[in-house]
Amino acid sequence: MRVWAAMAVAAMVVFAAPAYAAPREQLVIGVSQFPSTLHPAVNPEAIKSYTMGFGLRPISAFDSDWKNTCLQCTELPSLANGLARMEGHGMAVTVKLRSGLLWGDGVPVTAGDLAFMWKLGHDPESGFADLSYWLRVDSIEVIDDLTAVMHLNQPWTQFDHLPGMLPEHLEAKAAAAGKQPGDYAKQSLYARAPTTPGLYNGPYRITQYDSGTQVVLEPNPYWHGTAPGFRRIVIRAIENTAALQANLQSGDVDFAPGDAPSLTLDQVLALRRQHPDAWTYLFKPALSYEHIDLNLDNPILADIRVRRALLLALDRRTLADRLFEGMQPVAASFVTPLDPMHDNAVPVQPYDPVRARALLAEAGWRPGPDGICRNARGERLSLEFGTTAGNRVRELAQLVMKDQWRAVGVEALVKNDPARTFFGETVKRRQFSAMAMYAWSTGISYPPRQVLASDQIPTASNNWGGSNYMGFRDAGMDAAILTAETDLDPGHQRAAWAAMQRIYAEQLPALPLFFRADAYVLPKWLKGVRPTGHSDYSSLWAEDWHAE
Amino acid sequence: MARFILRRILQAAFVLLVMSFVIYSLIGLMPGDPIDIMIASNPGATPELAAALRKIYGLDQPLLSRYGHWLWAAVQGDFGYSRLHSAPVLAVLAPALWQTCKLMLISFTAAVLLAFALGIVAALRPGGPVDALISLFAFAGISVPVFWLALMMILVFAVDLHWFPASGIATVGDGSIRDYARHMVMPVITLALAQTGGFTRFVRASMIESLRSDHVRTARAKGAGEGRVVLVHAFRTALIPVVTVMALNFGSLFGGALLTETMFAQPGMGKMIYDSILGNDYNLALTGLLFATLVTLLSNLLADIAYGWLDPRITLA
Repeated sequence: MRVWAAMAVAAMVVFAAPAYAAPREQLVIGVSQFPSTLHPAVNPEAIKSYTMGFGLRPISAFDSDWKNTCLQCTELPSLANGLARMEGHGMAVTVKLRSGLLWGDGVPVTAGDLAFMWKLGHDPESGFADLSYWLRVDSIEVIDDLTAVMHLNQPWTQFDHLPGMLPEHLEAKAAAAGKQPGDYAKQSLYARAPTTPGLYNGPYRITQYDSGTQVVLEPNPYWHGTAPGFRRIVIRAIENTAALQANLQSGDVDFAPGDAPSLTLDQVLALRRQHPDAWTYLFKPALSYEHIDLNLDNPILADIRVRRALLLALDRRTLADRLFEGMQPVAASFVTPLDPMHDNAVPVQPYDPVRARALLAEAGWRPGPDGICRNARGERLSLEFGTTAGNRVRELAQLVMKDQWRAVGVEALVKNDPARTFFGETVKRRQFSAMAMYAWSTGISYPPRQVLASDQIPTASNNWGGSNYMGFRDAGMDAAILTAETDLDPGHQRAAWAAMQRIYAEQLPALPLFFRADAYVLPKWLKGVRPTGHSDYSSLWAEDWHAE
Repeated sequence: MARFILRRILQAAFVLLVMSFVIYSLIGLMPGDPIDIMIASNPGATPELAAALRKIYGLDQPLLSRYGHWLWAAVQGDFGYSRLHSAPVLAVLAPALWQTCKLMLISFTAAVLLAFALGIVAALRPGGPVDALISLFAFAGISVPVFWLALMMILVFAVDLHWFPASGIATVGDGSIRDYARHMVMPVITLALAQTGGFTRFVRASMIESLRSDHVRTARAKGAGEGRVVLVHAFRTALIPVVTVMALNFGSLFGGALLTETMFAQPGMGKMIYDSILGNDYNLALTGLLFATLVTLLSNLLADIAYGWLDPRITLA
């Protein structure tokens, strides 16, 4: 027995040393997902974009003030400065790169790298997840090492959102080696050898890649901008968010970002209540838009009075205050108030159960003996209400809304599915009979064709493509989307965006709920992190992060 | 013996073939596909793009055709490409397998040794206070969920005491054996404790029965010492049913490993299989699940071989 006890004590002495004090020259970021690939154009994932933000810079990006800014260019193209001009049925957009830009192996970044990106992006067999940008570009003309002209086949209002580039000197071989469709994505060094220095042109480059576990970044010696503040940044994936929180508390993780998948909003709010002074907490309203899609083919929901009554019966502000401590603003439409195209003339509908009941009565729905409304044929006002099962906050909100609707005589029948079934079948194939609650994410002032245009309604004939799950058809909306996409006149664009928001608020193809907030937990010593709230993540300005 | 082993290997190959088809079909029947996941987060995705991506990933083919292609390639040693890890399946699987093997073997060994000790002690005085205490420990081990146990371990030993790291397999920039060992302590203890309870109950029951058997009584009558009676005569007989249970349980360790790997953020097979199923990574999920099947079949084969060693009356043919 004594021998065993002695061995146990010895083992403790050897292995159980106190954790080392976190050196301030290293920052460990805790996230709950791991990127499936590091190739910037294959598989769009928030965690991938966040990770690559440290090492690979696009030519332009929206900053934390939601202003499009040059990261690798000298100035943004515009009609006013002549770098963008109309030509034929399309446009010519001149891109001027900064001089002195280098890849992580010392090779200069050139306009040829942009042309190489276009060549791959234009090839439907490259495996790029978003060809839509590149299919608008008919050709790229390389003028000199720092200048290229993109020839667009039609006017495009997003022409000044300039893309990323790929290192041609490294990736050309992989592109040439592809024999089967999709081979390039497999052969790319971003997949096969992601620690190759020349793949990166940002302040950090990836020096260690442990698939599924962690990515280690160290300063890029060929970066000419502000010197990075850390000797090492570790992005560690801990899938279980309870374990992730414990890692934060133990000091194994320093920082939980809000713009990458990490701690949930309710976890951060709880952490702030328990340890208000232990960390710095930041909350940034974001582009993700939580809403309830209404299936407009449902005869009950085809009546606009019922749709309005459903919205008026919801006390969204109290819900946001109680569940999210007021961090998630209530939505008036799909456009966040932070977006330059937001129209203040479209107000948030108030909570008005009296008006809701009146609208239902006007639509022929009168309360029955159990309080649930019935129509003249005796049919109950009963609607299925689904969301992603297992999402605790959503399910909690769902129960509150169910009660609020019941108070005005609407019966909501909860029918939730696992996320995979919900997105893979229920909404994708429009199998929800009435209401489906989830979130959209989009870009700043990005025209909402995919979700609101009538040509994007999923059907068997289009192989269930498009995301207009509501089945919304409105000629005014279609025209406004087209204008927002192609009319370069700023006044026309603003009018089109105002029309889209007005039509959306009037027609209510979906019930607007909230705009999500990104919740950050930072160590007190970490400075310089500026949450953006959109898909150009804060990591794109990581050279400003430092310890104090 | 050789014929027995050969026959069992052929049976295992057949089972694996059948299982590969069953698993491939089941994964294929799950709602959604990887392209749905890709385009869900892409505001510019069009139906044409989705169709092109499905073609690239071979998802436009019928399930049976995809399975046929996979099987033909697998027979030639190519288990396909993992979409979630952007690497060939075997390149992804090998390090994860090594990590899980370490975790499973160490924790299994620890669990077995502890269960033997506790089970034997409990069986010596059934119903006594020591037996009651050990039974309490065993039932606690059986009933406590692994993820909760893991979380408590992290909170106590990493958050409060700062004795062990809360996650990962090594400190970046360290890589010493001591560092690796420190990262293994909590996952191993968690997984071992989860197994020990059940094993202890089996050992105890089997030992009680064995201690009451005729050959043990005979050994005592012949004057054998109590230690020899318990550890040689009774324990060897008691091992036969226990080995069966442990062998069957070895495969199920993957389930426990999944939870410990997830909670301690370690890149092992359990977590990899789970992620690949959720992420519709057919090739990786299929190969991983087949490997888990193979481990179960092999552990059963080892159990059968162990019978022959433990009980000379049993012949394998």
